[in-house]
Amino acid sequence: MELSKLPGYLLGRLVKAAIVILAIVVCNFFLIHAAPGDPASIIAGQSGAADARFLEQLRAQFGLDQPLYVQLWIYLKGVLTLDLGFSHRQQVAVASLLWDRLPATLLLTGAAFVFALSVGVAMGALAALRVGTWGDSIITVLALTFYATPLFWVGLMLVLLFSVTLEWLPSFGMASVGVELHGFAVVLDVAKHLLLPALTLGLFYVAVYARLSRATMLEVADQDFVKTARAKGVPEGRILRRHILRNALLPIITFAGIQAGQLIGGSILVETVFAWPGIGRLAFEALLARDYQVLMGVFFCTSVMVVLFNLITDLLYAVVDPRVEVSA
Amino acid sequence: MKDFWRNFSRNRGAVVGLVVLVAVLILAVLAPVLYPGSPWDMAGMPFAPPGEEGMLLGTDSLGRDVAAGIAHGARVSLLVGAVSTVAALAIGVSLGAIAGYLGGLVDDLVMRFTEFFQTIPSFVLAILLVAIFTPSIASIVFAIAVVSWPPVARVVRAEFLSLRSREFVQASEVLGKSRLSIVVGDILPNALSPIVVLSSLMVASAILLESALSFLGLGDPNMMSWGFLIGSGRSVIRMAWWMSVFPGIAIFLTVLSLNLVGEGLSDALNPRLARNRGGKP
Amino acid sequence: MTRLLTVDSLTVALPQGADRPHAVEELSLHLDAGEILCVVGESGSGKSITANTVMGLLPKTLKVKAGTVTFEGESILGLSAEALRSRRGRRMAMVFQEPMTALNPLMRVGDQIAEALQVHGKGSEAKARVPELLAAVNLPDPASIARMHPFRLSGGQRQRVMIAMALALEPALLIADEPTTALDVTTQMQILRLMREIQERKGMGVMFITHDFGVVAEIADRVAVMQHGRIVEQGPASDILNAPQHPYTRKLIAAVPHGAALEKPAIRPSPVLVMKGVEKTYQRGGWFGPKAVVKAVHDADFTLNKGETLGLVGESGSGKSTLARCVVRLVEPEKGEILFHGKDLRPLSRQGWLPYRKRIQMVFQDPYASLNPRRKVGDAITEGPITHGVSPAEARTRALDLLRLVKLDPSAMERYPHEFSGGQRQRIGLARALAMQPELLIADEPVSALDVSVQAQVLDLLAEIRQRLGLTMLFITHDLRVAAQICDRIAVMQRGAIVELGPTEQVFGAPQHPYTRALLDSIPGRDWTPPVLAETA
Repeated sequence: MELSKLPGYLLGRLVKAAIVILAIVVCNFFLIHAAPGDPASIIAGQSGAADARFLEQLRAQFGLDQPLYVQLWIYLKGVLTLDLGFSHRQQVAVASLLWDRLPATLLLTGAAFVFALSVGVAMGALAALRVGTWGDSIITVLALTFYATPLFWVGLMLVLLFSVTLEWLPSFGMASVGVELHGFAVVLDVAKHLLLPALTLGLFYVAVYARLSRATMLEVADQDFVKTARAKGVPEGRILRRHILRNALLPIITFAGIQAGQLIGGSILVETVFAWPGIGRLAFEALLARDYQVLMGVFFCTSVMVVLFNLITDLLYAVVDPRVEVSA
Repeated sequence: MKDFWRNFSRNRGAVVGLVVLVAVLILAVLAPVLYPGSPWDMAGMPFAPPGEEGMLLGTDSLGRDVAAGIAHGARVSLLVGAVSTVAALAIGVSLGAIAGYLGGLVDDLVMRFTEFFQTIPSFVLAILLVAIFTPSIASIVFAIAVVSWPPVARVVRAEFLSLRSREFVQASEVLGKSRLSIVVGDILPNALSPIVVLSSLMVASAILLESALSFLGLGDPNMMSWGFLIGSGRSVIRMAWWMSVFPGIAIFLTVLSLNLVGEGLSDALNPRLARNRGGKP
Repeated sequence: MTRLLTVDSLTVALPQGADRPHAVEELSLHLDAGEILCVVGESGSGKSITANTVMGLLPKTLKVKAGTVTFEGESILGLSAEALRSRRGRRMAMVFQEPMTALNPLMRVGDQIAEALQVHGKGSEAKARVPELLAAVNLPDPASIARMHPFRLSGGQRQRVMIAMALALEPALLIADEPTTALDVTTQMQILRLMREIQERKGMGVMFITHDFGVVAEIADRVAVMQHGRIVEQGPASDILNAPQHPYTRKLIAAVPHGAALEKPAIRPSPVLVMKGVEKTYQRGGWFGPKAVVKAVHDADFTLNKGETLGLVGESGSGKSTLARCVVRLVEPEKGEILFHGKDLRPLSRQGWLPYRKRIQMVFQDPYASLNPRRKVGDAITEGPITHGVSPAEARTRALDLLRLVKLDPSAMERYPHEFSGGQRQRIGLARALAMQPELLIADEPVSALDVSVQAQVLDLLAEIRQRLGLTMLFITHDLRVAAQICDRIAVMQRGAIVELGPTEQVFGAPQHPYTRALLDSIPGRDWTPPVLAETA
């Protein structure tokens, strides 16, 4: 797309993103009301242990005695001012809980994403180039294996191998406990802790990207313009780089956007296995404590992350593909 | 039909997948015969390693037989996988069909709705749904169906959209056939193969989802499931590796075989594509 | 003249399981500098494989089994991949059939042309040469075209870019694989003229692959006719065109629509269909973005009399198909009257339309898309009448009669469409429409997807059935020769409107509208009248 048209396009996407986020908030609201029983006690946790004062507080906060649309309005107003409620169990505002945990999750998912994308695309490209050979078969089988293995189980098996048996890497947390570290040592320590969780989370998506890029590369390699390039004497290496890979990138970008939500979902499992102090771990703790206020906060927060990520992929797509404005 | 089997069996992986899948099915059906009694009952010493105490795959922290758990868990996994896929197909096919056949504004609205569901992190939504509606087979199936229909809707819509403008459908319009008989008689049969392929993959991902939910403790408390077994073995993995290893292998084999069967179906239903996959023509 | 290319007893094997062992068998041909050799044949005759062998672009599944290819004095079959690559684009270049997909959608066209120069070590000249090349293929404003991405260009413009790219290094040999088949007639003529002109200026040798004898007549110096992977006849263009010797060539040329009108009975004006003020517009653009309104049909009034065949002629995008689809409500126009025997069909509901479905039927263009692949031929033909209350037994008898009428075996009833060839499928489509016993038949490009020889059979069949059943017909085509052969009157459409309407002889003999004249001028080989050949055995 022409750069001059980018701001307008961006504005359109922002409006769309805002609508999606609004819809998620409404969705969250109706979830509370769709569940059987008193919304206040659901929010407080169904264990029945919630005290009456807290229930009262919740009723007031949500205006549960008011008509539904007023309640929705109160809820919307709250969320839009980033008031995501209060965790009675932890005695902290949900928003601040999420805020504290966000960096860890971003680090984990970011690392896993970069790992998955680079290794996956490389594997897929390699398989496509060697299509029909042993190399292709090995990569295909490997991708299929990663694809079919439950994420959390991979995590456990890696712990079993690298932490329990080999004792090479730590099995939980984000930093070593009880040691004072400074400067680069901190980074190294975190990196050591990050390795297994990121690998676990990434492997499934390595499979996804490997399969996708193998398929799209084969498809693009079959297209007429590749033949045109060959007919004008472009060397194979250059055909691969300038013609095949660039075009194969488009569906991969699209897919990365679609997969973002799954990646964050997967991080809940991985953070649970590795006790990684991120939003996913928070969700698991909230689940155990039936702290639904926090759980809904997690849902909202992760949705916003996905929407923002989609915004980035949309933008990237628009920069790479000149045809975007036509179809948009 | 003969062509179908010939093309299917040309894919060796798919045949292996089918064999494994049938084995898992038999295991699920025979579970009450092989391991009579509840899998929740104590069967031997706690933490017995595989092979000891007559326990093929060992026992867990309460002395329950892991093998019995896996056999009974197969029932739950397959049941949840199949039922939630059927439910997701029902939602996805009807929405996709409506959007693709009617087009225009309806299509726009349905697709925005679908995109919305694809944007929100589906696993988080599934957790939230099961948690709020209390864990049970029904809520798990419901949650899985709610988060897995969007790809179906997209595929079906795309198929309908392209088939709708195909000339044989226009010919049926011109012959004066009713909308319903055009959709059911002309469009749907031709859109079936991607739906069939997709559904085998959906059963696989539903099984993965179910196991993940029960791993987090959101399984039906009355049903033994593979994810639950792994979840309960997690904290004692240093002492009893077998508690998490074997159920994981069960999930892996089942999901893998479903994926292989899916690829075989895809080859058998689109023989042209299968030939192209082998190499550049 | 210098011998540029010699192909000697070339045999290329097909992979096992193909319908014949060799794609190309014992093929010999030669090409001199400065001449245009047309390789003619129907689809699957091996002409593209021959071209790809010369370029060294054969797919890996095809192997050269025997023969030699000598280009500029060197045998090129034994050359290394790198040696071949260095010749491709520099000494020999190629232009493909599909301009819409032959350019990389993500690269500016100028960069794509520049790339051809760069990979042969002439990158430094690119800046100056690219605009020159674009200007040489008559593209306006070369500097700005060079900065555009392919999606902004029309098919004809893209084909010009392809030609500019092929010419970048002034190759000695240009291979053009059906370069104008995907283009409209007027664009086709421009491209043909452009190629001829450049070829003469540069003294290139051109191997031009086509299936269209009109194009051959327009451009060829010499002709090689291919059938089933063999050359059955070759020689100077005038000999082959006017005095073909081989039975296959004779058959192909006899099948070329001769454009001469058949003996036609006089039509008494008794209107069956009257179109009045019909308008159809399409809106593009989303909910937020700018909307573009395209008038697909407007100012397209016509009257169709009983027993008459009216041809709707125009290029792609002229609205002829949309107009025809308005008549059967596959497209719903916003305005106007569609009077069928005086009754306006436009406001009718889906239900209200039902009685008219029997009386108005349609035959479609694409034989591969117009039959439901999952339904037996018999069911396809009988389902229409059964829907309208005819008993299954009677519908079956009717279907059997119709199969005989369209010259298909009764056993076809129990078979699926994929078991039939394109021409046979088209006849099944015709039988399906006739099963409703319609009085008005709409034929939307019914022969344009068929090979010439099959085209002739289907056209003859249509003419015969029309006469026998006294059908009224609306015949849509882009091919003026076909229209001339089958239509009583012709309506010429351009950008959604009918610009000229009159009896066939008048429209062809004394065209009034400039666009009609342009169309007639663009008929390839219009100066060539196919010889009348005695029926070949």
